[in-house]
Amino acid sequence: MNSSVITFPGSNCDRDMDVALKKFGFKNKMVWHDDIELPKSDLVVLPGGFSYGDYLRCGSMASKSKIMKSVLNFAKGGGKIMGICNGFQILVESGLLPGILLRNRYLEFICKNIFVKVNDKNNPYFNNIKKDTLELHIAHNEGSYFCSKEQLKEINDNNQVALLYSDKEGNVNDASNPNGSIKNIAGIFNKEKNILGMMPHPERMIDNMLSGEDGSIFFENLINNLK
Amino acid sequence: MKVSVIITLKKDVLDPQGKVIHQTLDDMGFDGIDEVRQGKYFEIDIKEDDKKKAETKVEEMCKKLLANLVIENYKIIEL
Repeated sequence: MNSSVITFPGSNCDRDMDVALKKFGFKNKMVWHDDIELPKSDLVVLPGGFSYGDYLRCGSMASKSKIMKSVLNFAKGGGKIMGICNGFQILVESGLLPGILLRNRYLEFICKNIFVKVNDKNNPYFNNIKKDTLELHIAHNEGSYFCSKEQLKEINDNNQVALLYSDKEGNVNDASNPNGSIKNIAGIFNKEKNILGMMPHPERMIDNMLSGEDGSIFFENLINNLK
Repeated sequence: MKVSVIITLKKDVLDPQGKVIHQTLDDMGFDGIDEVRQGKYFEIDIKEDDKKKAETKVEEMCKKLLANLVIENYKIIEL
Protein backbone atom coordinates (compact mmCIF):
# COMPACT_ATOMS: atom_id res chain seq x y z
CA MET A 1 0.00 0.00 0.00
CA ASN A 2 1.38 3.37 -1.03
CA SER A 3 0.65 6.49 0.96
CA SER A 4 1.60 10.14 0.63
CA VAL A 5 1.84 12.69 3.40
CA ILE A 6 1.75 16.31 2.28
CA THR A 7 3.95 18.80 4.07
CA PHE A 8 2.74 22.39 4.09
CA PRO A 9 4.79 25.27 5.52
CA GLY A 10 3.95 24.96 9.22
CA SER A 11 2.91 21.30 9.23
CA ASN A 12 4.40 19.66 12.31
CA CYS A 13 2.78 16.23 12.52
CA ASP A 14 3.94 15.15 9.07
CA ARG A 15 6.92 13.18 10.36
CA ASP A 16 4.86 11.49 13.10
CA MET A 17 2.36 10.44 10.45
CA ASP A 18 5.19 9.10 8.27
CA VAL A 19 6.47 7.01 11.21
CA ALA A 20 2.97 5.71 11.98
CA LEU A 21 2.14 4.77 8.39
CA LYS A 22 5.46 2.96 7.92
CA LYS A 23 5.09 1.13 11.22
CA PHE A 24 1.90 -0.49 9.95
CA GLY A 25 3.20 -1.37 6.51
CA PHE A 26 2.53 1.59 4.24
CA LYS A 27 5.22 2.61 1.77
CA ASN A 28 5.04 6.29 2.48
CA LYS A 29 6.31 9.26 0.50
CA MET A 30 6.55 12.82 1.74
CA VAL A 31 5.14 15.34 -0.73
CA TRP A 32 5.92 19.07 -0.68
CA HIS A 33 2.97 21.51 -0.96
CA ASP A 34 4.57 23.23 -3.94
CA ASP A 35 4.74 20.01 -5.97
CA ILE A 36 2.26 19.65 -8.78
CA GLU A 37 1.69 15.91 -8.93
CA LEU A 38 0.89 13.35 -6.29
CA PRO A 39 2.87 10.11 -6.42
CA LYS A 40 0.79 7.01 -7.04
CA SER A 41 -1.06 6.58 -3.74
CA ASP A 42 -3.69 4.40 -2.11
CA LEU A 43 -4.00 6.94 0.68
CA VAL A 44 -3.19 10.64 0.89
CA VAL A 45 -2.79 12.21 4.32
CA LEU A 46 -2.98 15.89 5.18
CA PRO A 47 -1.19 16.07 8.54
CA GLY A 48 -1.65 18.24 11.59
CA GLY A 49 0.19 21.44 12.35
CA PHE A 50 -0.22 25.13 11.79
CA SER A 51 0.02 25.56 8.04
CA TYR A 52 0.74 29.16 7.05
CA GLY A 53 0.65 30.14 10.72
CA ASP A 54 -3.14 29.70 10.77
CA TYR A 55 -3.40 33.06 8.94
CA LEU A 56 -6.89 34.25 7.91
CA ARG A 57 -8.63 30.98 8.90
CA CYS A 58 -6.94 27.71 9.83
CA GLY A 59 -6.25 25.74 6.67
CA SER A 60 -7.51 28.43 4.29
CA MET A 61 -4.13 29.23 2.73
CA ALA A 62 -3.00 25.61 2.51
CA SER A 63 -6.27 24.69 0.78
CA LYS A 64 -5.15 26.87 -2.15
CA SER A 65 -1.60 25.49 -2.49
CA LYS A 66 -0.34 23.95 -5.72
CA ILE A 67 -0.55 20.31 -4.69
CA MET A 68 -4.22 20.69 -3.74
CA LYS A 69 -5.30 20.64 -7.40
CA SER A 70 -3.88 17.16 -7.62
CA VAL A 71 -5.51 16.25 -4.30
CA LEU A 72 -8.90 17.49 -5.55
CA ASN A 73 -8.53 15.35 -8.68
CA PHE A 74 -7.51 12.37 -6.58
CA ALA A 75 -10.64 12.93 -4.46
CA LYS A 76 -12.87 13.11 -7.52
CA GLY A 77 -11.60 9.73 -8.67
CA GLY A 78 -12.58 8.21 -5.32
CA GLY A 79 -9.07 8.31 -3.81
CA LYS A 80 -8.82 7.90 -0.03
CA ILE A 81 -7.85 11.10 1.71
CA MET A 82 -7.45 11.53 5.44
CA GLY A 83 -7.00 14.90 7.15
CA ILE A 84 -5.92 15.03 10.77
CA CYS A 85 -6.37 18.20 12.86
CA ASN A 86 -4.99 20.97 10.61
CA GLY A 87 -5.47 18.49 7.75
CA PHE A 88 -9.18 18.36 8.66
CA GLN A 89 -9.27 22.16 8.59
CA ILE A 90 -7.64 22.13 5.14
CA LEU A 91 -10.22 19.61 3.88
CA VAL A 92 -13.18 21.77 4.97
CA GLU A 93 -11.56 24.91 3.55
CA SER A 94 -10.98 23.16 0.22
CA GLY A 95 -14.65 22.17 0.07
CA LEU A 96 -13.95 18.43 0.18
CA LEU A 97 -15.80 18.17 3.50
CA PRO A 98 -18.74 20.26 4.70
CA GLY A 99 -18.60 22.72 7.61
CA ILE A 100 -15.74 24.48 9.34
CA LEU A 101 -13.65 24.28 12.54
CA LEU A 102 -14.10 27.27 14.84
CA ARG A 103 -12.22 28.49 17.91
CA ASN A 104 -12.71 26.21 20.93
CA ARG A 105 -15.64 27.32 23.04
CA TYR A 106 -13.60 28.32 26.11
CA LEU A 107 -10.92 29.99 23.98
CA GLU A 108 -8.16 27.74 25.23
CA PHE A 109 -5.71 25.54 23.38
CA ILE A 110 -6.62 21.97 24.36
CA CYS A 111 -3.93 19.31 24.53
CA LYS A 112 -5.06 16.06 26.15
CA ASN A 113 -6.24 12.51 25.64
CA ILE A 114 -9.93 12.11 24.89
CA PHE A 115 -12.28 9.30 23.90
CA VAL A 116 -14.19 9.11 20.67
CA LYS A 117 -17.05 6.84 19.76
CA VAL A 118 -16.87 5.28 16.31
CA ASN A 119 -20.19 6.37 14.86
CA ASP A 120 -20.08 4.54 11.56
CA LYS A 121 -18.25 1.37 10.56
CA ASN A 122 -19.62 1.08 7.06
CA ASN A 123 -16.61 2.77 5.46
CA PRO A 124 -12.99 1.98 4.51
CA TYR A 125 -11.57 3.67 7.60
CA PHE A 126 -13.43 1.96 10.45
CA ASN A 127 -14.83 -1.18 8.85
CA ASN A 128 -13.95 -4.22 11.07
CA ILE A 129 -12.36 -2.08 13.79
CA LYS A 130 -12.24 -4.05 17.04
CA LYS A 131 -13.23 -1.25 19.39
CA ASP A 132 -16.30 0.99 19.60
CA THR A 133 -14.51 3.78 21.45
CA LEU A 134 -10.92 4.87 20.92
CA GLU A 135 -8.62 6.80 23.21
CA LEU A 136 -6.85 9.38 21.07
CA HIS A 137 -5.03 12.66 21.56
CA ILE A 138 -6.22 16.14 20.64
CA ALA A 139 -4.12 19.31 20.43
CA HIS A 140 -5.92 22.24 18.89
CA ASN A 141 -7.17 25.78 19.29
CA GLU A 142 -9.77 25.66 16.50
CA GLY A 143 -11.54 22.32 16.78
CA SER A 144 -15.13 23.29 17.38
CA TYR A 145 -16.96 21.74 14.46
CA PHE A 146 -19.68 23.91 12.99
CA CYS A 147 -21.92 23.70 9.94
CA SER A 148 -25.18 25.17 8.74
CA LYS A 149 -28.50 23.53 9.65
CA GLU A 150 -28.91 22.34 6.08
CA GLN A 151 -25.43 20.83 6.08
CA LEU A 152 -26.06 19.12 9.41
CA LYS A 153 -29.23 17.56 8.06
CA GLU A 154 -27.36 16.30 5.02
CA ILE A 155 -24.51 14.95 7.16
CA ASN A 156 -26.99 13.05 9.33
CA ASP A 157 -29.11 11.85 6.42
CA ASN A 158 -26.03 10.40 4.69
CA ASN A 159 -24.55 9.02 7.91
CA GLN A 160 -21.39 11.10 7.44
CA VAL A 161 -20.46 11.46 11.11
CA ALA A 162 -17.32 9.37 11.66
CA LEU A 163 -16.38 10.07 15.28
CA LEU A 164 -18.11 11.64 18.26
CA TYR A 165 -16.43 12.90 21.42
CA SER A 166 -17.57 10.59 24.19
CA ASP A 167 -16.58 9.23 27.58
CA LYS A 168 -14.69 5.97 28.01
CA GLU A 169 -17.92 3.96 27.81
CA GLY A 170 -19.01 5.66 24.61
CA ASN A 171 -21.64 7.98 26.12
CA VAL A 172 -21.90 11.09 24.01
CA ASN A 173 -22.77 14.11 26.14
CA ASP A 174 -21.79 17.70 26.77
CA ALA A 175 -19.35 16.74 29.53
CA SER A 176 -17.34 14.74 27.01
CA ASN A 177 -17.33 17.54 24.44
CA PRO A 178 -13.94 19.23 24.81
CA ASN A 179 -14.34 22.13 22.39
CA GLY A 180 -18.01 22.88 21.75
CA SER A 181 -18.38 20.98 18.48
CA ILE A 182 -21.97 20.69 17.21
CA LYS A 183 -23.42 17.33 18.30
CA ASN A 184 -19.95 16.34 19.67
CA ILE A 185 -18.65 15.80 16.15
CA ALA A 186 -14.93 14.90 16.15
CA GLY A 187 -14.68 13.61 12.60
CA ILE A 188 -16.73 13.42 9.42
CA PHE A 189 -16.71 11.81 5.98
CA ASN A 190 -17.72 13.18 2.64
CA LYS A 191 -20.86 11.67 1.11
CA GLU A 192 -18.95 8.91 -0.69
CA LYS A 193 -16.89 8.16 2.45
CA ASN A 194 -13.55 8.12 0.67
CA ILE A 195 -12.52 11.26 2.56
CA LEU A 196 -12.17 11.43 6.35
CA GLY A 197 -11.39 14.49 8.44
CA MET A 198 -10.88 14.30 12.19
CA MET A 199 -9.43 16.46 14.93
CA PRO A 200 -7.91 13.65 17.08
CA HIS A 201 -4.41 12.38 16.26
CA PRO A 202 -4.24 8.58 15.82
CA GLU A 203 -0.52 8.90 14.94
CA ARG A 204 0.19 9.96 18.52
CA MET A 205 -1.17 6.71 19.95
CA ILE A 206 0.95 4.05 18.30
CA ASP A 207 3.35 3.19 21.07
CA ASN A 208 2.32 1.68 24.37
CA MET A 209 5.49 2.93 26.06
CA LEU A 210 4.74 6.54 25.14
CA SER A 211 1.00 6.87 24.87
CA GLY A 212 -1.50 4.19 24.06
CA GLU A 213 -2.35 1.64 21.44
CA ASP A 214 -5.66 2.82 20.03
CA GLY A 215 -3.92 4.59 17.16
CA SER A 216 -2.26 1.28 16.33
CA ILE A 217 -5.66 -0.39 16.19
CA PHE A 218 -6.81 2.30 13.79
CA PHE A 219 -3.80 2.07 11.43
CA GLU A 220 -3.65 -1.74 11.45
CA ASN A 221 -7.31 -1.89 10.58
CA LEU A 222 -6.94 0.81 7.92
CA ILE A 223 -4.18 -0.92 5.98
CA ASN A 224 -6.09 -4.21 6.11
CA ASN A 225 -9.20 -2.48 4.78
CA LEU A 226 -7.27 -0.88 1.92
CA LYS A 227 -5.51 -4.07 0.82
CA MET B 1 -8.42 51.77 -6.90
CA LYS B 2 -8.77 50.91 -3.25
CA VAL B 3 -11.52 48.67 -2.01
CA SER B 4 -12.28 47.60 1.51
CA VAL B 5 -13.89 44.38 2.61
CA ILE B 6 -15.67 43.84 5.89
CA ILE B 7 -16.22 40.26 7.01
CA THR B 8 -18.83 39.62 9.68
CA LEU B 9 -19.94 36.43 11.38
CA LYS B 10 -23.38 35.13 10.49
CA LYS B 11 -26.07 35.43 13.13
CA ASP B 12 -26.21 31.87 14.43
CA VAL B 13 -22.44 31.36 14.62
CA LEU B 14 -21.00 31.25 18.11
CA ASP B 15 -18.43 34.01 18.70
CA PRO B 16 -16.58 33.27 21.96
CA GLN B 17 -14.07 36.08 21.33
CA GLY B 18 -16.88 38.60 20.90
CA LYS B 19 -18.41 37.34 24.13
CA VAL B 20 -15.18 37.82 26.09
CA ILE B 21 -14.72 41.31 24.61
CA HIS B 22 -18.31 42.11 25.61
CA GLN B 23 -17.66 40.84 29.13
CA THR B 24 -14.48 42.91 29.41
CA LEU B 25 -16.23 46.06 28.20
CA ASP B 26 -18.94 45.45 30.79
CA ASP B 27 -16.30 45.01 33.49
CA MET B 28 -14.64 48.27 32.40
CA GLY B 29 -17.88 50.07 33.07
CA PHE B 30 -19.25 50.54 29.57
CA ASP B 31 -22.98 50.23 30.13
CA GLY B 32 -25.75 49.16 27.84
CA ILE B 33 -23.95 46.86 25.44
CA ASP B 34 -26.29 44.21 24.07
CA GLU B 35 -23.81 42.23 22.01
CA VAL B 36 -20.29 42.34 20.55
CA ARG B 37 -19.40 40.40 17.39
CA GLN B 38 -15.84 40.31 16.13
CA GLY B 39 -15.10 40.46 12.41
CA LYS B 40 -12.31 41.16 9.91
CA TYR B 41 -11.39 44.13 7.75
CA PHE B 42 -9.28 44.21 4.58
CA GLU B 43 -8.01 47.02 2.37
CA ILE B 44 -7.21 45.91 -1.15
CA ASP B 45 -5.35 48.09 -3.61
CA ILE B 46 -6.26 46.74 -7.01
CA LYS B 47 -4.95 47.74 -10.46
CA GLU B 48 -8.36 48.39 -11.96
CA ASP B 49 -10.01 51.71 -12.68
CA ASP B 50 -13.38 50.36 -13.66
CA LYS B 51 -15.44 50.28 -10.47
CA LYS B 52 -17.67 47.41 -11.56
CA LYS B 53 -14.78 45.24 -12.71
CA ALA B 54 -12.93 45.85 -9.46
CA GLU B 55 -15.96 44.91 -7.43
CA THR B 56 -16.50 41.75 -9.42
CA LYS B 57 -12.88 40.73 -8.84
CA VAL B 58 -13.00 41.45 -5.12
CA GLU B 59 -16.29 39.61 -4.82
CA GLU B 60 -14.62 36.56 -6.31
CA MET B 61 -11.76 36.97 -3.82
CA CYS B 62 -14.29 37.06 -0.99
CA LYS B 63 -16.07 33.93 -2.14
CA LYS B 64 -12.89 31.96 -2.82
CA LEU B 65 -10.63 33.00 0.04
CA LEU B 66 -11.37 36.03 2.21
CA ALA B 67 -14.67 34.79 3.63
CA ASN B 68 -15.93 31.33 4.45
CA LEU B 69 -19.59 31.49 3.51
CA VAL B 70 -20.56 28.77 5.98
CA ILE B 71 -20.00 31.22 8.83
CA GLU B 72 -19.29 34.64 7.36
CA ASN B 73 -20.85 37.42 5.30
CA TYR B 74 -18.85 39.99 3.35
CA LYS B 75 -19.42 43.58 2.38
CA ILE B 76 -17.39 45.40 -0.26
CA ILE B 77 -16.94 49.16 0.06
CA GLU B 78 -15.15 51.43 -2.38
CA LEU B 79 -12.63 53.71 -0.66
